[in-house]
Amino acid sequence: MSFVLDVFTVVAVAAGAFFFVAGTVGLLRFPDSLCRLHALTKADNLGLGLVVLGLLPQVEGALAAGRLIAVWLLAQLAGTTVTQLLARSARRSGPLA
Amino acid sequence: MTVAWAVDLGLAALIVAVAVATVTARGTFAAAVGFVACGLLLALAWVQLAAVDVALTEAAIGALTGMLLLGAAAHLHPTEAGMVAERPGVALRGAATLLCAVVTGALAIVVLSLPDPAPSLAPAAAAHLPATELGNPVTAVLMAYRAIDTLVEKVVVLVALLAVWSLAPDPRWGGRPGASRRRQRDDALAFLAQLLPPIGIVAGVYLVWTSADHPGGAFPGSTLLAAMWLLARMAGLVDAPAVSRRWLRIALVAGPVVFLAVGLAGFAWADRFLAYPDGWAKPLILGIEAAMTVSIAVTLAMLVEGPPERSLSPDAQRAAGERSSSGLEPEP
Amino acid sequence: MNPATIFGLCAAVLVGLGLFGVIVQPQPLRKLLAFNVLGGGVFLLFGIVARRGEAAGFGADPVPQAMVITGLVVAFAATALAVALLRRLFDETSRATLRPDDDGADS
Repeated sequence: MSFVLDVFTVVAVAAGAFFFVAGTVGLLRFPDSLCRLHALTKADNLGLGLVVLGLLPQVEGALAAGRLIAVWLLAQLAGTTVTQLLARSARRSGPLA
Repeated sequence: MTVAWAVDLGLAALIVAVAVATVTARGTFAAAVGFVACGLLLALAWVQLAAVDVALTEAAIGALTGMLLLGAAAHLHPTEAGMVAERPGVALRGAATLLCAVVTGALAIVVLSLPDPAPSLAPAAAAHLPATELGNPVTAVLMAYRAIDTLVEKVVVLVALLAVWSLAPDPRWGGRPGASRRRQRDDALAFLAQLLPPIGIVAGVYLVWTSADHPGGAFPGSTLLAAMWLLARMAGLVDAPAVSRRWLRIALVAGPVVFLAVGLAGFAWADRFLAYPDGWAKPLILGIEAAMTVSIAVTLAMLVEGPPERSLSPDAQRAAGERSSSGLEPEP
Repeated sequence: MNPATIFGLCAAVLVGLGLFGVIVQPQPLRKLLAFNVLGGGVFLLFGIVARRGEAAGFGADPVPQAMVITGLVVAFAATALAVALLRRLFDETSRATLRPDDDGADS
């Protein structure tokens, strides 16, 4: 049973890492700020979510699992707010900022 | 060479790369952003070095330092163009590179030749831990074994704040620091500043409370409280207090005063400065930590705010002059 | 090649980089940034000494760790004071440079 859980952890964390790499490639290659923000939010939500999902079988107790999920939710909250503010500022400075 | 070493190597290489980017970046804003990233990676390095309390403190303080430096980079942006002319020539850069290579090499030799049964104070710390009734040795060192260092550090931070306040122009003395910020309607930042501080305050107080037995501490906890207040300030939900307000000054000195009082009382009940009587160590330490948390949170927040930049209105100045017992009369 | 040695070498490089930045950068704010990188390297050196002092059931020696915590907060206070000084210098003279002015500008 623990072997299955370990395989699940590896697969989920690897998938999350893939989304992080995809987000970074988007950050480096996309032409303007709004596109780059779009790529980064994928890393923040999906990537971190998959990593957290993969780590859930490895912790003991519902409280520790709840803490991991709280980390993911707080990172999403901060990430979305910062993305909104950056997007608003990017839109004000015109295209191709 | 195991997988764990690969993680450490990768982390160390990343830290060096980001530090190089910070030192050699083109613009100050890019350098400040690089520094924030460097701080975050350093916090991860601290976790790898089994220093979780330090990692929490580094992450929290790094956030405040980043805020300070980004604000300064934005404020000092008009000077960037003029500084290009002052860049040093090849000779100075070559000499500096040589000097820094020598320093790095010397430190690397020192690191590689540290004594092998490494001397450690951990057994001594462990031996006296039951007397302090604490479970976290770092808290025991901070609040019991080397409490004098913590007391002096608090006073130093307070003196730094006084030095920052003394930089205010004469007409602004006693006023509010920083620019006033009006809250914008439907602002995402206001939403975050309404949602996050309750969570942050609970987390900050928890960090202080749990530092008795688990990693945490008064420093990361109070830094978190200061950060929550600064978030509300940035969103325009609260305004900075005028530096002449009495409650502000009481909050600032409460920590050092309580610490000093307990220290002097050590003469009475255990015949040494900052000595705790048997059985009373933990309640006294928790009491000192509570007062310390309030003081440090307020001090750090006011340090980031800076010197007063807005005068009090004449009516408020007159009222402050009547109520204040410090004898300072702000000019209307 | 254990974690302490790896991070110790990293700390030595950070100290060298920070020192280079302090010497070479003309802007005071950049010097301050480089000085903070230098400080980070010094604290990391404390950290590896603490890690090597693993004994008595603790993961590391707690005394250098407590020193680093104290140092971090004091370094932040010093950085805040330096930033306040720089901003005041800029507000007064519209320049932020450490070069003494030799053109009779107001001071």
